[in-house]
Amino acid sequence: MINMKLTNNSVSSTKEKSTMNKWFKSGSPWVWLSAGGVSLSLISVLGLLWLIASRGLSYFWPADIYQFEVQEKVGQPYTVIGEIYERESIPVAQLIHTKIKFDKDAETVERILVKTGNRELVSLDFRWLLMPQITTMTLPKDVVVIERRTNGNFYGFIDKVILSGKEVDKSELPTLVERVEKFQSQIDALQKKDIGAINYQLERLRLKEKKYRLDNELTIQRQAEIEKETQALKAEYQTLEKKLLALRTQVARDKLLVHAMDGQQVEIGLENVLDVSFANQLTFFDKVVVFLSKVSDFVSDDPREANTEGGVYPAIFGTVLMVLLMTIIVSPFGVIAAIYLHEYAGNNSLTKILRIAVINLAGVPSIVYGIFGLGFFVYVLGGSIDQLFYPETLPSPTFGTPGVLWSAITLAILTLPVVIVSTEEGLARIPASMRHGSLALGATKVETLWRIILPIASPAIMTGIILAIARAAGEVAPLMLVGVVKMAPTLPLDGNFPFLHLERKFMHLGFHIYDVGFQSPNVEAARPLVYATALLLVTIIVALNMTAVSIRNRLREKYRSLEH
Amino acid sequence: MSLHSNSNRSRQLKNSVARWGITLGGISVLFTLVLIFMYLLYVIKPIFESAKIEPIATIELTDTTKVLTTGVDELKEIVYQIDEQGIFSFFHLTANDHRKMFAEKVIADERKLVAVSDAEGQSTNRKKILLDNQGEVKVVEAAFHASYIGDDKTISASVIYPLGEDVLPLDEQEQAIKKVAMAMDSERAIFVALTQDNRLIKTTLTAEDDFNDDPEFEASYQEIEFNQVVDNILVSPDLMMAFIQSGDDIFVFDLDDEFQVDLKERFTPFANSSKKITTLSLLSGGSSLLIGDSQGEVSQWFEVTGEHGRHFQLIRTFNVSNNEAISAIYPEQFRKSFFTLTQAGEIGLFYTTSEAELWKGKLENIVPTTLAISPRSDGLVVTDNHSLQLFYVHNEHPEVTWKALWQEVWYEGYPEPAYVWQSTSGSDDFEAKFSLVPIAFGTIKAAFYAMLFAVPIALFAAVYTAYFMTPALRKKVKPTIEMMEALPTVILGFLAGLWLAPLIEQYLPAFFLLLIFLPLATFLTAFAWYKLPKEIKLKLPETLAPILLIPVLIFAGYLAMYLSPIIENHLFGGDVRQFLTNDLGIDFDQRNALVVGIAMGFAVIPTIFSMAEDAIFSVPKHLTSGSLALGATPWQTLIKVVLLTASPGIFSAIMMGLGRAVGETMIVLMATGNTPILDWNIFEGMRTLSANIAVEMPESEVGSSHYRILFLAAFVLFIFTFVFNTLAEFVRQRLREKYSSL
Repeated sequence: MINMKLTNNSVSSTKEKSTMNKWFKSGSPWVWLSAGGVSLSLISVLGLLWLIASRGLSYFWPADIYQFEVQEKVGQPYTVIGEIYERESIPVAQLIHTKIKFDKDAETVERILVKTGNRELVSLDFRWLLMPQITTMTLPKDVVVIERRTNGNFYGFIDKVILSGKEVDKSELPTLVERVEKFQSQIDALQKKDIGAINYQLERLRLKEKKYRLDNELTIQRQAEIEKETQALKAEYQTLEKKLLALRTQVARDKLLVHAMDGQQVEIGLENVLDVSFANQLTFFDKVVVFLSKVSDFVSDDPREANTEGGVYPAIFGTVLMVLLMTIIVSPFGVIAAIYLHEYAGNNSLTKILRIAVINLAGVPSIVYGIFGLGFFVYVLGGSIDQLFYPETLPSPTFGTPGVLWSAITLAILTLPVVIVSTEEGLARIPASMRHGSLALGATKVETLWRIILPIASPAIMTGIILAIARAAGEVAPLMLVGVVKMAPTLPLDGNFPFLHLERKFMHLGFHIYDVGFQSPNVEAARPLVYATALLLVTIIVALNMTAVSIRNRLREKYRSLEH
Repeated sequence: MSLHSNSNRSRQLKNSVARWGITLGGISVLFTLVLIFMYLLYVIKPIFESAKIEPIATIELTDTTKVLTTGVDELKEIVYQIDEQGIFSFFHLTANDHRKMFAEKVIADERKLVAVSDAEGQSTNRKKILLDNQGEVKVVEAAFHASYIGDDKTISASVIYPLGEDVLPLDEQEQAIKKVAMAMDSERAIFVALTQDNRLIKTTLTAEDDFNDDPEFEASYQEIEFNQVVDNILVSPDLMMAFIQSGDDIFVFDLDDEFQVDLKERFTPFANSSKKITTLSLLSGGSSLLIGDSQGEVSQWFEVTGEHGRHFQLIRTFNVSNNEAISAIYPEQFRKSFFTLTQAGEIGLFYTTSEAELWKGKLENIVPTTLAISPRSDGLVVTDNHSLQLFYVHNEHPEVTWKALWQEVWYEGYPEPAYVWQSTSGSDDFEAKFSLVPIAFGTIKAAFYAMLFAVPIALFAAVYTAYFMTPALRKKVKPTIEMMEALPTVILGFLAGLWLAPLIEQYLPAFFLLLIFLPLATFLTAFAWYKLPKEIKLKLPETLAPILLIPVLIFAGYLAMYLSPIIENHLFGGDVRQFLTNDLGIDFDQRNALVVGIAMGFAVIPTIFSMAEDAIFSVPKHLTSGSLALGATPWQTLIKVVLLTASPGIFSAIMMGLGRAVGETMIVLMATGNTPILDWNIFEGMRTLSANIAVEMPESEVGSSHYRILFLAAFVLFIFTFVFNTLAEFVRQRLREKYSSL
């Protein structure tokens, strides 16, 4: 019996072995392994997009505000109020030095990172809490989140609402906040638009005078004229400043009395308040509304507090403007080069060299373009432009310093091969019969190109341009050398003549991510904003790419039917 | 009719104009590439040029009294000299104006000067120590002052006495001085001198206030125990050391002690040789001693920390002349260069650190007896007692040589030669260290780890997508993976630095578990599928493998993460980082090569995948059909036929990927600590060429050596990628021709 069993066993095991061998010999495991490569790539692409999307979107979603009662090994229990930021589990051994006792069997312990805000009261606005030390965890209804212009969020409870020195009912608060908001936007408009314009004009007058002096054309009459204009502007400035002061006193009228998690009472002036929300009282629908309004604030507001809060409007604006300029430069060059390569170039060594040049332009590291742009465009070209046209501002450079124009040109060279390759592919798909037909009817080559080939190839050209835009929107390294800054005081396009200021520096979404994520003083607090910015950039670029790809695919289908 | 032909002509004209325009536009692409290449070269070129010395102006001297020293102002407009009679004369000496300005006798009437030497210390115009035939000492300095009348600038000169016009009370016993050296800063001046009765003394003059404003001082005296012949005395500019040459020996004294002067070290530079010391000098900064010898060589010595403490050691030798003795060494004031002068009047210009021989030869029409270097090191004043000549010295980048960039260099204060990149520092007398080796190494390290990660995944994925996948699935999968290529690298870098790096730090064991778990899970799934009954197999065909594997791999990843803290507890005592550093001695940075490898790997995967997939997919179908018809399994066909045929295409895909990894900037910038180290350790960071440019370019001064070296780094990157891309393109072209012939 036992023997039987044994042989049976060994038979089945040899059988097993032979199937294993057969399976291995069939190569199937290797096929699966290579399938694993595909899966891994897919997981990483989709995972990456999911990661950015979830983190980026959760930045806008109003979080629940928890109240934790914490009891440490020694000392009084205390209260912590804030949002849960992160959870992780760590090996108990890493906490041995703290001498906290945990369950004997536990190998890991969970801890949470709580954003407590109130930057002016505590040195760190984030705090790690160990789960075993938390005695209770509640969602108090009347806890309030106050978004402020400085010092970040405040978490606490409202004690009093004070309207010009007198206490009023808390229900008045929304109207008061709205009133302040209205005045604040007036102040912003006054400061940026009107006063900014006066300063700009004053500076232009100063330069005009200096230029006359340099050219020895400064007559007494001219000087008097300039003086008169300056005086007029200064008078205007005075009245605007008075208006500004009046608005400021209006804004500073009301106050909030609040207390924080440790019971400390704080007075917050309403001029410092952007938004007051009772986060734990919001219904799902309310949350959606808040979410949407936060998204719209994010894309339309200026950054605050060294870029770590507020919106990214100037960065979006800068990116779009720079990319548009680049498109204007790169499109004609790219298309012409592609036409030459496909329609005119003979099958000779020059063409071969040209093709290698295109491949290499695509392969040269972007930072090399940056350093070339800085040396050649900024210092050589920009420096000469300054010498010729802006001698009055020297030695401070006008074009001889990094700016949006140089960035656009640098990126135009960088994206040139993208347009060339895509356009050429489109040209190659147009059947020769169409060219022959047109030529046979007596059209010249240019007419054939202009009337027949280019219209048909236009979707391919579009594809190339869109791909170039997507590439340029995401490129950061060269821009760091030729024109991007962390904080541009003025946009490159504004209401002051000549409206488009090509010499100005600009902000850029990609650089914003780098700068806020790595150079800001409080990286932890800025991280959600960086995720949101990354999400915005990824959305733009992925959308552009998908558009380009779908145009290209449609085009391919179209010509496939033409060929047969 | 004429109208018709007119319009025809204009059409033809338009046609040919357009032809020219388009051709021009096409060629402009090539022009752009050549422009980039040429411009980079143009910026780099000056750093490899050797020095040039060109005459500017000459003035004939009327009296031929022996000139003891000369000098020139910062702008090279006014030249001065002090002669044996103690007359300090100033000459306006530019290309179009040379005339004598004024002269002033700086010593008592009946006396003559015996020796004049340069005082050490940080000042634009060197202070001169005058020793007269009565053995008395004074210190003088030429001062220059620019004044403007409108836009016209005039420079006036004067003689100032930083320690007062009176003779300095150097010896307490008021003996005559035979030899003297001095160094001073704004608070103290230290003289080391040899008296008539052969005592070696140290005299410290301490400023009552500040020597820049007020020459009042208090003197304190010390005697140095020394009873040998004194040939040469030097005092270091930091007032810490004195060097005494006595025959073949050099004695180093410590001057820092207020009460006592100790012998620090004694060494014999040419112990086993017949060479004799002919002249001594201190290199700028004062930590290196330059010794000129009787056989025409100059050697550099500085203190090196060894087993037995700090000792002066021979660092390098410069061959100045064949067997002709060096008569004088003139170090530049702010750089580590020096000029040499031989008996025959031959001049040499050398840079110590880079071991560069910058200029060697004789000046035209003059055999100089003494020379002086302008404060900005761009001019040279020489005299032969009959005329005074000013030369322009083109020598902007002496510190850069090919050797200094790519070989080990022994810097002052380092125990041994090393590869160092350290371009800036807070201190003033800091010497920039430009070795491209650590950053070139960093580039290779980053690319290596990225390729290690990317190549297997990308190639496996490419093989499967091109060869096993159904067309319907391929149409979806390929663009999805290629989408990765469009993702801005700044986002990959940000995720790598702020999300992946802390994650890896926390779950380090998980990442090594995954190396086993992922293939294992794949094999297990494959085997499980193989064992499935036929009916289910039909419903879940093998072509769905990539989809089936997604949940499996995610679960494997989750399992690894879950097990990670447990493994950490049981195998590594709770903390892998501590285990690595304490038990294995491996340094761990949070942002390290592993993070870069993964992040940059992701950036490179789509490049390799896309091109390799194209290459495999375009292998002609009749080849594979033939192989399969002869009974080979699909896998055998793949290995023996498809991959073999497509191998040049795969090679060029890898080349392209490598080119991208080498030039990538943002990921490396954000995912590493950017420290230029030479270490393959996967847990430490690196600094790459591209990140180095991004970090340092904004702070670099235009036209400086640093600026040009950064351009050189860009040029190296350019050439590197140029070679890879051209090679890849070439191989691809060949492959295309081969396929079309098949």
